Amino acid sequence: MNFDFSEDLKQLRDQSRRFLSERCTPAVVRRSLDGEETHAAALWREIADMGWIGAAIPEEFGGAGLGYEGLCVLAEEMGRAVAPVPFGSTAYLAAEAILTAGSDAQRREYLPKLADGSLIGCFALSEGNGNPEPSAIHARVVGGRLTGAKWPVADGGIADIAVVVACDEHRQPNLYIADLAGVRRRNLTTLDPTRNQARLEFESAPAQALGSGGWGAVQRVLDRAAILFAFEQVGGADACLHMAREYAQERFAFGRPIGSFQAIKHKLADMYVAVELARSNAYYGAWALGADATDLPLAAATARVSATEAFHLASKENIQTHGGIGFTWAVDCHLFYRRSKQLGLAIGSVPFWKDRLVDLLETRNAA
Amino acid sequence: MDFNDTPEEAAFRSQARAFLAANAEPRAGSRPVLRQSGLDAAAVQRCKAWQAKKADAGFAGLTWPKRFGGQEASPILQVIYNQEETDFAVPRGLYEIGLGMCIPTMMTYAKPEQLDRYVQPALRGEEVWCQLFSEPAGGSDLAALRTKAERDGDEWVINGQKIWTSGAHLSDFGIVVVRTDPNLPKHEGLTFFFLDMKSPGIEVRPIHQMSGARHFNEVFFTDVRVPDSQRLGAVGQGWKVSLTTLMNERLAVGDVQRPEVDDLLELARKVKIDGKPAIRNGAVREKIAEWHARSQGLKFTRFRTMTALSKGETPGPENSIHKLVNASKLQDIASYGMDLMGAGGLVLDDDLTEAYAMFQSALLSAPSARIAGGSDEILRNIIAERVLGLPPDIRADKGMPFNRVPTGRR
Repeated sequence: MNFDFSEDLKQLRDQSRRFLSERCTPAVVRRSLDGEETHAAALWREIADMGWIGAAIPEEFGGAGLGYEGLCVLAEEMGRAVAPVPFGSTAYLAAEAILTAGSDAQRREYLPKLADGSLIGCFALSEGNGNPEPSAIHARVVGGRLTGAKWPVADGGIADIAVVVACDEHRQPNLYIADLAGVRRRNLTTLDPTRNQARLEFESAPAQALGSGGWGAVQRVLDRAAILFAFEQVGGADACLHMAREYAQERFAFGRPIGSFQAIKHKLADMYVAVELARSNAYYGAWALGADATDLPLAAATARVSATEAFHLASKENIQTHGGIGFTWAVDCHLFYRRSKQLGLAIGSVPFWKDRLVDLLETRNAA
Repeated sequence: MDFNDTPEEAAFRSQARAFLAANAEPRAGSRPVLRQSGLDAAAVQRCKAWQAKKADAGFAGLTWPKRFGGQEASPILQVIYNQEETDFAVPRGLYEIGLGMCIPTMMTYAKPEQLDRYVQPALRGEEVWCQLFSEPAGGSDLAALRTKAERDGDEWVINGQKIWTSGAHLSDFGIVVVRTDPNLPKHEGLTFFFLDMKSPGIEVRPIHQMSGARHFNEVFFTDVRVPDSQRLGAVGQGWKVSLTTLMNERLAVGDVQRPEVDDLLELARKVKIDGKPAIRNGAVREKIAEWHARSQGLKFTRFRTMTALSKGETPGPENSIHKLVNASKLQDIASYGMDLMGAGGLVLDDDLTEAYAMFQSALLSAPSARIAGGSDEILRNIIAERVLGLPPDIRADKGMPFNRVPTGRR
């Protein structure tokens, strides 16, 4: 058994952590928070040049061919740094959708440009409130023309192309790809301004089908992305645990460090437990992605539930550990609290994934 | 990443499986072994017979030196054997403490001729060992123990009381930590011994537990004489020796107790809410999903530990996570399963109860799981202080001679 990342990937993790701690400082994240920029474009350029976006894209399509474990390692670091870049939208969603559902020609057309950063991708699924399900999809493609409104779309305001979930002439949902040039869009005000969110309004926009896998293909993209987002969430949760730990050691009250009180110790121990369980579930997801295992959907739902709950717990209890100072704009606790909710709502919230998890358990146990 | 055994591990796993298949009943479908029932005389005989069989086949004391009947195998093989054994309904509950904690402590501190005398009979299950640590005044604060030993020539004379001693009533020998100098601060005045549980002056009284079982005991010492040659470690070094024992406790990752998530899922298919199987109810589904995620999280955390073990690393305090999560989960699943049964959940009669009463039984035994071997609170302290590096709590008794430490309101 070797249930750990290879030495090479551990090096990649250390390198990317060092790089992001230097280049993706809180000051950089706050430029997006304060509305000075939609995303950290200069940082995005550097990330592209290092080949991270295409980490899991095969070399024949312009990627780095590091495999999914490599992408998982990078995802964790993106989460730790609350990176204000369209990494998930481009790498876990758009590129994955094209890779798993697209034709060879579509892969050749889009993947190299996504990998080298010349195109930003996004995934247009939601149409307002509600979780991912076929009946919630009203956008339609008729005669190669897409019509409908999608919101919120993560990074929709800065993307060049969108993978869109829309219904065909027979009202069956499927994956499509559309160029966003000329599509009307507006940036949305959201809980987490460190990530761009937009409303896209397609009015007879040209769109190509990505295969004909229907809702199964959509769910497959969601499952795979859930594992990658889980790593991002674990990274964010771990950062919160570290912040809380540091603060508990340096903050004194009643003549002693607050970390010497059991009320704080036990809170941090519970955060640690949640993060470790989530990390272990994410690791299994990483293995399932790499091996394209048959129980990938169950591994994904488990990782998603575990990581979303861990990040939620860690981000709120980090604020609580800080006390009043943690509720200020100036201290970074809220960056993680916001990001935790943003990631928890993207690609379906916890109740949706819990229900799916039990569906999959029932199917497995019936077999 | 991969879940494959090395060729050596795979060969060992198939040997272990072949041995188990030939000598034990598969666990699936068998009636779960319930902690509530404790060990009666027949169960003790089954445990002894099984241990001897295991020792004959070379599957006992896998990591121990060959001269004591062990195999000098790497710890990963022990984990593999344990994994395989959980698929079979083998007798448990008599040797975990002796082989997991007492004998490893002996192997660190006892004299060679003592090891020649004691290790093999323990390994073969002929002699049972217990660990005499907790006291009425020293549980979570173990070093507050007050049982005293006074030197008398080549012997020590022990007086006092231990409590919560698992299996003392079935044991032949025990390891004990006692106070030899009450004038020193509490950690410094302790000394460690092993002793014959049949020594004059030892009285064992089983405790009638809230679960109905009698597995833990009170052990009273009245002028019990122990030769100085049975001292383990130097006089005053008892705390250090105790930590060796407790480190071994951490290595013994507890087996998964039932009901597990699959048992709850099975139950939720049978019982009804609003005329439909409970499994169709959204609230029930959320609970099952939550516990599945915790359960899998622990399983894969164990895999990470195994990976570290197979690379020759030693598991540290982070292993506290297992019992901390498992014990509460057991209690919560047990209670929730009974909620699904409604009023019928109260019934224990064999012909009427669901799932051999495993939910009810676990509800009654779970409080002990959350206390024994480090309470939830102590495990959280261990994680906070030794994994996360938070400062220790401020102690009111620090540096104080033990006999000056306050022990009550007066």
